[in-house]
Amino acid sequence: MTYVKPSFRHPKLPVNKIGFARREYEGAISTLCAGCGHDSISGAIVQACFEMAIEPHRLAKLSGIGCSSKTPTYFLGNSHGFNSVHGRMPSVATGAILANKDLIYLGVSGDGDSASIGMGQFVHAIRRNLNMLYIVMNNGCYGLTKGQDSATADEGSINKSGAENMFQGIDLVSLSIELGATFAARSFSGDKHQLIPLIKAGLSHPGFAFIDVISPCVTFNNNVGSTKSYDYTREHMEATSAIDLVPVKTEITNSQEEGTTQQIQLHDESYIQIHKLASNWDPTDKLSTITKIFEAKSRGEIPTGLMYFNTESKDLHTVLNTTDTPLNLLQKEVLCPGNAKLSGINASFR
Amino acid sequence: MSNEILINDLVVRFANVNGTGSASANNMFAKSVFRMGIPVSPKNIFPSNIQGLPTWYEVRVSEKGYLGRREGVDIMVAINAQSMAKDVQEVKSGGYLIYDSTKLLAEELFREDIHYIGIPMIQLCMDHYPESSQHMLLKNVIYVGALAALVNIEVEILEQLIKEQFKKKEKLIPGNIQALHLGIKYASEHFVCPLPLHLEKRDLVGDRILVEGNNACGLGALFAGATVGSWYPITPSTSVMNAFEKWCNKYRVDPDTGKKNFAIVQAEDELAAIGMVLGATWNGARAFTATSGPGVSLMSEFLGLSYFAEIPAVLIDVQRSGPSTGMPTRTQQSDVLAAAFASHGDTKHILLFPANPTECFDFTVIAFDLAERFQTAVIMLTDLDLGMNDHLCKPFAWDEEKKYDRGKVLSAKDLDEMSFGRYLDVDGDGIPYRTIPGTHPTKGSFFTRGSSRDEYAKYTEDGDVYAKNMDRLVKKWNTAKTQVPAPEITIHNPNAKIGIIYFGTSSYAAQETVDLLKEKNILVNEMRMLSFPFSNEVKQFIDQHEQIFVIEQNRDAQFRSLLMIELDINPNKLLKVLQYNGMPITAAFIYQSMMSQIK
Repeated sequence: MTYVKPSFRHPKLPVNKIGFARREYEGAISTLCAGCGHDSISGAIVQACFEMAIEPHRLAKLSGIGCSSKTPTYFLGNSHGFNSVHGRMPSVATGAILANKDLIYLGVSGDGDSASIGMGQFVHAIRRNLNMLYIVMNNGCYGLTKGQDSATADEGSINKSGAENMFQGIDLVSLSIELGATFAARSFSGDKHQLIPLIKAGLSHPGFAFIDVISPCVTFNNNVGSTKSYDYTREHMEATSAIDLVPVKTEITNSQEEGTTQQIQLHDESYIQIHKLASNWDPTDKLSTITKIFEAKSRGEIPTGLMYFNTESKDLHTVLNTTDTPLNLLQKEVLCPGNAKLSGINASFR
Repeated sequence: MSNEILINDLVVRFANVNGTGSASANNMFAKSVFRMGIPVSPKNIFPSNIQGLPTWYEVRVSEKGYLGRREGVDIMVAINAQSMAKDVQEVKSGGYLIYDSTKLLAEELFREDIHYIGIPMIQLCMDHYPESSQHMLLKNVIYVGALAALVNIEVEILEQLIKEQFKKKEKLIPGNIQALHLGIKYASEHFVCPLPLHLEKRDLVGDRILVEGNNACGLGALFAGATVGSWYPITPSTSVMNAFEKWCNKYRVDPDTGKKNFAIVQAEDELAAIGMVLGATWNGARAFTATSGPGVSLMSEFLGLSYFAEIPAVLIDVQRSGPSTGMPTRTQQSDVLAAAFASHGDTKHILLFPANPTECFDFTVIAFDLAERFQTAVIMLTDLDLGMNDHLCKPFAWDEEKKYDRGKVLSAKDLDEMSFGRYLDVDGDGIPYRTIPGTHPTKGSFFTRGSSRDEYAKYTEDGDVYAKNMDRLVKKWNTAKTQVPAPEITIHNPNAKIGIIYFGTSSYAAQETVDLLKEKNILVNEMRMLSFPFSNEVKQFIDQHEQIFVIEQNRDAQFRSLLMIELDINPNKLLKVLQYNGMPITAAFIYQSMMSQIK
């Protein structure tokens, strides 16, 4: 991470099909810790949107509160952003989507924001099948308040202060599938090769697309004993592809074949084990997906990739049968019944 | 016992069992009085329960047009055995008790100073209707019939009401009309009808309508162009969104495609309900929610965001008795301070105080204009009495020329022609310009956040920048003072030393009190508050009088505090008139409270 972002760019940088260079998709300089996995995710979002040639002003980025929720400042500087209140991004996104069905919605949240204070809103966003991509940057701890366990921290995991987490961790992917998410994926912040296509798929998905991205906290949850540390994740990832971490130390990258498991050593010398899903994985079979997630968990592995998708279900606007014109564009002429109707209404109250 | 003839001035109370279908019969009585051209004011007094507990419906009939509640029951229709002993005691001396004489009344229920009118309601049902399932419902119609004969209601009006009520279930009409006549016949044959206390047809109602405040709010939101409604069910506000949905389904569905020009979401809780409102208004739609006190508590965090990040929101708070769950089905005006200052930090919100359904309609429309003009939350404070009872009021009116005030929103063309800073005070009125997501490919995007930021929406913790922004919000607040509805001031005598201040549903009783005081040669001037922040007239009115009575329905004199806080008024000058038993305030109560305090 650098503290001054040069405004100079080479004039002949490649542009996408709508004529924007990659820099048009970047945001302000990150103020997150050097090496934070979240910055890698921001980078993946930038790359995905650039490659998809999304018009930045047609994408709305929303977040709650927390380290992860700060990231929308660091990507898509030409998009409208909304940093709402802790855990309540889903309701704000719901309202925004109701108002204008035509924009692209990207919600960014963290494990504290979505799995604790915001769990209620998270599950209802899934239930309503909002047409949005919802990314949880999951590091199993609270960074902004200096390292308390979050609800996704695994049982037995040791936090920075040395305390063992006594409670089961919430698995947001299986939860989202259970609740009817029509697109559920997990990835690793360092695995650009996997994450970028997943983000692109999620943004294209006509319904609620959820990506749980393991994004180790370099400062507060990267210690030995943590199961959300870089090392642990690398060790237990059932083979991710590239791991692209940008800590103060050195960037960890990793590449692995689909269907393999790979152990990755993190900065604190712990390991994670990532299993990259094989290409013969059937992401449309809900039951087998959930079974496999639990099986992997029992082996101490973190399966990554597109776990489940279903394009059959109806998004919120379809369910509500709203008009094709975005509601925020409707004018008085179609909204207000006018005086003649009001006379009849008055008559009905006599 | 007095047998003085009293025309069109009585209180009838129906004592029923919750969930027995009495509501429609009781309502039929009130509506028939209305259709006879006589001012009428019905009140539901109901328990927080679905079925089985005592419920009352009280109807005041007033030749003089007083619509506030009046204490003292002239005629009690006592149908509930559970509350019978208490109901008997409520009847004014010389009044009447109508009861089901199928069974003998217990001896201890007899008072010497009231009249007893026994109608064998269940017996009549058993004699005329084979199915026992009909008995409970038709018994209600029988007592309306008996009452019609006793107080002289035109039978054609009641028959017409039955036909309207069962328009969609026509086969029920003959049985109901028969029950009505059974009641009329029995009462006429066994008692001298009409009673000395009765009705006479008048033309005192004119073109006025009889409607609930919540229904009027829903209609107002329809006319105001609200397209997004989100809410979480809570008594007594639930019927606001029900009404909005009903009106939308009638007037906002494309006849060709069947598609809807609105979206209503029942949220998972109040936090989500207001969150959806902010998301929708941020994205350029008119959105609102309706709730009551506990909901306001939960929504407070988002209300603070609305204030600080300057995002429009309309909230209709139908107040009930607090604190906590309090008495959820009883009325109060006790959310004044909670609404005015909802959320942490230096926060304040525009409030509107409608007093009748016509104003519920008008003020809902105004609320959307103000919310967008000032990019902030506007909270309309109604109450259970206004929201869930029928009120006689002026018909709704709409000016076809009216344009929605969408406030300072920049279009793509505007952005091409000017530079944009989200929180810049360009016009010196404290109100910045905003853009709606998706407006312009390269200009006008900004970050909305609850953290401090500079005039260009860039995050900063610079104390001076923060303070400057907070000061601009005060400037905006001062601008709002000139644009919110001004108080309604009535000067009865320029030399009067006493002024009264009231708002919302206390208005009915407060205005009646002015007449009571006049009878004692006490002249007072009136100021009916319609909004917060307070415009300059408010301070002037207070300065012009030696004693100011602030009439409100809460324990802690919340409105008085608001006046003190905002206008820096000497507390000794502001006297309290406070009723907080959950029942609508009465003129008699205000009169007594004032008389005990007038110097």
